[in-house]
Order: sequence, then C-alpha cells, then structure tokens
Amino acid sequence: MLTKLDPASHWLAGQVAGVHLFTLAGGLLIGAAAVLLYHAIGRIAGVSGIFFTGVKEGGLWRWLFLGGIVAGAGLAAQLWPSLNIVNRPNPGFLILTVSGLLVGWGTRQGGGCTSGHGVCGLGRLAPRSLVAVLVFMAAGIFTASLLRHWLGVPA
Amino acid sequence: MRTNLSALAAGLLFGMGLMLSGMTNPGEVLSFLDWSGVWSPDLMGVLGSAVLVSVIGFQLARRKQRPWFEAGFAALPRKTIDRPLLVGNLLFGLGWGLAGYCPGPALAGLALGNDEVAVFLVAMLVGGLLQQWWARPQNDL
Repeated sequence: MLTKLDPASHWLAGQVAGVHLFTLAGGLLIGAAAVLLYHAIGRIAGVSGIFFTGVKEGGLWRWLFLGGIVAGAGLAAQLWPSLNIVNRPNPGFLILTVSGLLVGWGTRQGGGCTSGHGVCGLGRLAPRSLVAVLVFMAAGIFTASLLRHWLGVPA
Repeated sequence: MRTNLSALAAGLLFGMGLMLSGMTNPGEVLSFLDWSGVWSPDLMGVLGSAVLVSVIGFQLARRKQRPWFEAGFAALPRKTIDRPLLVGNLLFGLGWGLAGYCPGPALAGLALGNDEVAVFLVAMLVGGLLQQWWARPQNDL
C-alpha cells in the first residue's frame, strides 16, 4: 500500500490500482467456480477435501477439478505474465516442509481450508466455517507477523 | 461426463481466479497476514468478492431440489463447533503463515514455474495422511 504519493509514484499507483482490479476479478472467479461446482454437481469446492478424498477414494471429477486449477493458473499466467510473481525469498526446505505438514494435518483435522471453509462455508453461512476462518486467519497472522518482524525472517 | 466437464470447468475458473487474485504469490499472502509491518489488504478483497458471489450462489441453491447433473447435494456431516475444528484450523493457520501457501494456491503454483510448491505439496500430503491415520473416523469438506 502506498501511504503518500509523489509525482514519481503516480505510475506505480496506476500499477497498484490495476492489480487491485485483478484482485477483485480473481475473487469473483473463485466464487463463481465454487458456485458452479455446487449447482452443477452438488459438491463443495474445498481444495483440501477434494485433494485428500481424491487420494483416498479416487474419483475422476476430483482429479479433473484439481487438474483444472493447475491448468487454469497456467493459462492465466500465459495471458497475464506480469501477474505471475513470487515477491518473497524462498523460505528454504525446512520451513516449506513444516508449513506443508501443518497445512496438511490442520486442513484434515479442521475439515477444510481457505476454499472449503472460507469461500464455500461462509457462502453457506455455516457457523462452523466462520469459526474456522477466524481461527486460521488469526493463527496465520500470528506466525507471519512473528516470523517476519519479531524474528527477522527476511520477507 | 457432464459431472467431469463441470468439475474441470470449475477447476479452470478457480485456478485462473487464484492466479489473477495474487493468491499464488506467497509474498502477497504474507504481506496480508503480517500485521506488524505495512499491511496489504488486497487479499481481503479476494475473500470478500469470492464470498459475495458464493453467498448469492449458495443461497439460490437452497431453492433447488438437486444439482443439474447429479442426484443430490453432497451431505455435510459434522455440524458442531468442536475441538478438532478449532485445533485443526489453528494448525492450518500456523502453517499458512509460515510459507504463505494454502492448498489451492500451492497446487496452482505447479503450473507457474514455482519449484517451492513441490516441497510444500509433498509435506502437505504427508501431513494430511498422518492426520487421517491418527484419527480415522471423522473428516469432511
């Protein structure tokens, strides 16, 4: 976020405003995808649930949905290459592994992730999902703030 | 066939949305989650706009007897706010704030030339399987 503008940052401000529009458009697409999956086949578009159920029980539709996520992201990156950025240093093998273990365990135990509880659960006005979102947001804010500022992990 | 095509179409939209929204950039995710410095509110807009659409869509679905291409809507068993919900989402959030990935964006990263996500996804798979082995009966979503 820009807090004060000098003439030289007007160009940057325009870029930032552009990214905001993409941000909102992206959110609308994510919501539309969840609504489509539910109206078409009655399934909740929760990525962790579909992934782990797909591993355990199979189901072609699950792997097509997951494959579609990969392909859709790749397609968008071809169409708008300037949006395909990772602007933080690689946190390294240890952090990636611990993070992955926690996300895998936690989303199974908690019954969903950002998509299942966040997009779909909130959309269904499910109290469980509202609690889930508040808890994982608070926990995410805790680790991100702790690591990046108090412990000085580069960001 | 129509079920599979619907799932593929929903996945494509979802993946495009993740990419456009900035969710596939863990730096953007972390600058949203990091409240100790300069906070970036962008991802609130992502969740907000996604939920706006899904609230409308899911409320409209309540008037339907069944989805277009299947016999019924999937049952969602657990309704209560219980300990696994709280502990699980706490652990998930702690992990999310570590590297900036939740499951969808990590998968999407496979198509974006982002090598980190391979390590993350293998660990995520192991973590989830460990949890399922540890507590067999109750999982949903």
